[in-house]
Amino acid sequence: MQHAIDKASLGPKSKALTQGVEACVHCGFCLPTCPTYDEMGEEINSPRGRIFLIKEVLEGSVPMEDALGPIDNCLGCDACITACPSGVEYDHLITAFRAKAESERSQPLGRKLMRSMILNTLPYPNRAKWAFRAGGLVRPFKGLMPKSIQPALDLLPPTLPKAEYLPEIYPAKGPRRGRVALLTGCVQQVLAPEINRATLEVLSANGVETVIPKDQACCGALALHTGAEKRALKTARQLIRSIPDDVDALITNAAGCGSGINEYSILFAGEPDEAEAIALADKTKDISSYLDEIGLIQPPPLAESMNVVYHDACHLAHAQGERSAPRNILTAIPNLTLLEPPDWEICCGSAGIYNIEKPDVARALGEKKVTNLMSTEPDAVALGNIGCMTQIQKHLESYEKAPPVLHTVQILAKAYSD
Amino acid sequence: MELLPELAKLYPSDRLFTKKSQLITYETDGLTSFRSEPLAVVVPESNEEVIATVRLCHKAGIPFVARGSGTSLSGGSMPVEGGIVITLNRLNKILKIDPENRFTVVQAGTVNLKVSQAVAAHGLYYAPDPSSQQICTIGGNLAFNSGGAHCLKYGMTANHVLAIKAVLADGEVIEIGSESGDTLGPDASGFFCGNEGLFGVALEVTLRLTPKPQRYCTLLAAYNSLKKAGDAVSSVVDSGLLPGAMEIMDRLAIKAAEMAVKAGYPQDAEALLIVELEGETDAVEEDFKHLLALIENTGAYETRVAANEAERLTIWKGRKSAFSAVGRLSPDYLVQDGVVPRSRLGEALVKIETYSKEYGIDVANVFHAGDGNLHPLIMFNGKEEGALHRAEELAGKILKMCVEMGGSITGEHGVGVEKKAYMPEMFSEIDLECMKRVRAAIDPKEIANRGKMFPGGEAPALSTVGSHPLEKAGIISRE
Ligand SMILES: Cc1cc2nc3c(=O)[nH]c(=O)nc-3n(C[C@H](O)[C@H](O)[C@H](O)COP(=O)(O)OP(=O)(O)OC[C@H]3O[C@@H](n4cnc5c(N)ncnc54)[C@H](O)[C@@H]3O)c2cc1C
Ligand code: SF4
Ligand code: SF4
Repeated sequence: MQHAIDKASLGPKSKALTQGVEACVHCGFCLPTCPTYDEMGEEINSPRGRIFLIKEVLEGSVPMEDALGPIDNCLGCDACITACPSGVEYDHLITAFRAKAESERSQPLGRKLMRSMILNTLPYPNRAKWAFRAGGLVRPFKGLMPKSIQPALDLLPPTLPKAEYLPEIYPAKGPRRGRVALLTGCVQQVLAPEINRATLEVLSANGVETVIPKDQACCGALALHTGAEKRALKTARQLIRSIPDDVDALITNAAGCGSGINEYSILFAGEPDEAEAIALADKTKDISSYLDEIGLIQPPPLAESMNVVYHDACHLAHAQGERSAPRNILTAIPNLTLLEPPDWEICCGSAGIYNIEKPDVARALGEKKVTNLMSTEPDAVALGNIGCMTQIQKHLESYEKAPPVLHTVQILAKAYSD
Repeated sequence: MELLPELAKLYPSDRLFTKKSQLITYETDGLTSFRSEPLAVVVPESNEEVIATVRLCHKAGIPFVARGSGTSLSGGSMPVEGGIVITLNRLNKILKIDPENRFTVVQAGTVNLKVSQAVAAHGLYYAPDPSSQQICTIGGNLAFNSGGAHCLKYGMTANHVLAIKAVLADGEVIEIGSESGDTLGPDASGFFCGNEGLFGVALEVTLRLTPKPQRYCTLLAAYNSLKKAGDAVSSVVDSGLLPGAMEIMDRLAIKAAEMAVKAGYPQDAEALLIVELEGETDAVEEDFKHLLALIENTGAYETRVAANEAERLTIWKGRKSAFSAVGRLSPDYLVQDGVVPRSRLGEALVKIETYSKEYGIDVANVFHAGDGNLHPLIMFNGKEEGALHRAEELAGKILKMCVEMGGSITGEHGVGVEKKAYMPEMFSEIDLECMKRVRAAIDPKEIANRGKMFPGGEAPALSTVGSHPLEKAGIISRE
């Protein structure tokens, strides 16, 4: 699409901010997969509309203030990227634009407090644990709390699982086929520590030694996706420093983290350590992609047969383009039948902190997702992202016989141990 | 009458857009070279709201444009400056499915593919399949009489529309056609199809449903020249086979589609021909043998057969993404939609190639070969001084060539704003005059999609049409 954006004024982010505008041919193919368009049926709340709007803001014909509503409504689910035949890198566009918006916006106190509370707790496992505990305690008094934090309280688990002790090195079983580092994740470590345990077991069973750097930090995804760039840079730098050079890959088992690291090229654009950041991003792989790449060691059959429906996490399927590896893993397990839900491409409404900031849209999407998953009558739901896991579990609560929601590696680990 | 305050009485503020930030997102459609800003955009949720809006516009003499998903490639859904855009995206319900009598009634904002999905359980589908089918609306399809790859066998939109409920530009609500498709007298719903939004707004459409074919057989043939592929199409047709679809893509289109969907197309081919047979299993399999033998003699250097449904869908996904995918090769392009007699396809392609060289402008070709419906994609960089102008000139040359060869300036994308200057190439003054009179009878104030389709500017009502001789004689009057 033609534009009159003054690229020179945009600095190092100019490529991210203009590629999408230039590549978009306004064909509308992205509209049907966009959850907000589906809900609202308005051009301005569609990917195509947002791209147009961003263009106008960057051209200076629409004030930033007027664009914030529809930009905030975007879940960052990246479904539009998968749908786009023209190669629009919408993820880079929205991330870069949000960072710009965040630095320019005047925001109401409530939103500021909410964001600050989230960004100061979730990325830090210890703080998150305390916050969740405290939140759990106050949940009964939810009605007395300010409206802006009620949705956050709704998502809190009633109790927290016991923390997993993670060694510094987890050895490979049998001949060694690789050595990797594991990103343990922030929220995930607190809410579902068993995912990291399963990841280690599965890697080990596949002859891979895992290093778990003690001083690792949050990847910065949560901050980056909400436009809090400085904060993202700080923690990303610490993560980069903590990963040893002699590993084949940095493994992520939460899709949100993987896609966040993939965006280091945007975050670090023009920074002195840009090259190092990109090098780490190139090395970063989702656990499913890594296993698929090195070739899975044939798992034994599950003790009991199981029908598993696979949920494509947006940040794995759309943002990282990985749909086949998790399916290859699941179908490799004897005694497991893989089921596919309708409308796989539509977001479950979790999307980072979206379910906290836009609870109504998030709820509608969560309900739709769970209905679609349940229509396949599964024994279990498999997925690769902690955010989706929490959201889907929450919406399954209303079902009498809710199937367990598991990470792909948890099922694989079960097969290896059965 | 002030229109905005009246609209504000009709719509809550979250369904009446008047702020610049909201309006600009409706400025254009799939042809972004043309843009204009409307006065307001309304988001109706009921037929009544649409009807009331049209009536208000009529009363105020303010133009309106009905808008489906804005995928028009000819500027058809571009707003009229200072006019109203009526978006139909929330009128997207499927009102009735009658599997026994094979029809469905849908609201005009329903997305084409959703119709097929909704009736799939009954073994039925909606046959017209524009490449944009996952997003274009039935209302838009109706307005442009849209086609698709499979319209070769099944016909265009008009062949599948049984009845229409619409509000005409002067506010009158009409119901034409019938569920059974039998009508007394002229085919009124057929007449409505292809009106390019100039008659009013379609509200509900009754569509014919088609039983899903038992079996599809799809092949992909690679050629080292476009002409060979074009000639292959003629031999298939001459053989008496009636494929469901026959499509050709040239080297640039193949490259773009491959970048977009990794369909596994042979990358060194100058042209790819996709042929699909469909119908009852036995008959199709028998015919397919003939087809394969025939293709062998057309000089294809590689032939692939889709082994299963997934492979078939991948072949089609590549083809259907081709237009948008060309965005990967060029920042801007114009999609043309001319038609030539099928027997002159090869000749037309050679001419386009000559023009392309002459202008130094790349042209990708992807087209409904079976109908002779070309889609040259003329690539340019709008940032370069005069590039759009030259691209338009080349487009014009191609359109003239189509008319000279005995074809048409548009097969399915409509005239819109883009091709209106070429109407006189195809129609005589008398033809155009006749069309204008029809329009004036339905829309005396020319408020529905003003400025589209007819050559010339936004001439106000009557001045383009002039008074009818009987009016001049004082025998009839329009007041
Ligand atoms: C990538 C791509 C591929 C395409 N492939 C094809 C193809 O294979 N075949 C084909 O025929 N077209 C194709 N098109 C063109 C386009 O998709 C069709 O013309 C489609 O019918 C437009 O539908 P829409 O809902 O987007 O309508 P819009 O673009 O919104 O509107 C199109 C016209 O219809 C009018 N209109 C819309 N709704 C109504 C209504 N309810 N009542 C009255 N008038 C109405 C508008 O005023 C406008 O004049 C393609 C477009 C793109 C971008
Ligand atoms: S990221 Fe998701 S919500 Fe945002 S525009 Fe794309 S599809 Fe829509
Ligand atoms: S699919 Fe891609 S090119 Fe088409 S409108 Fe959406 S972002 Fe733009």
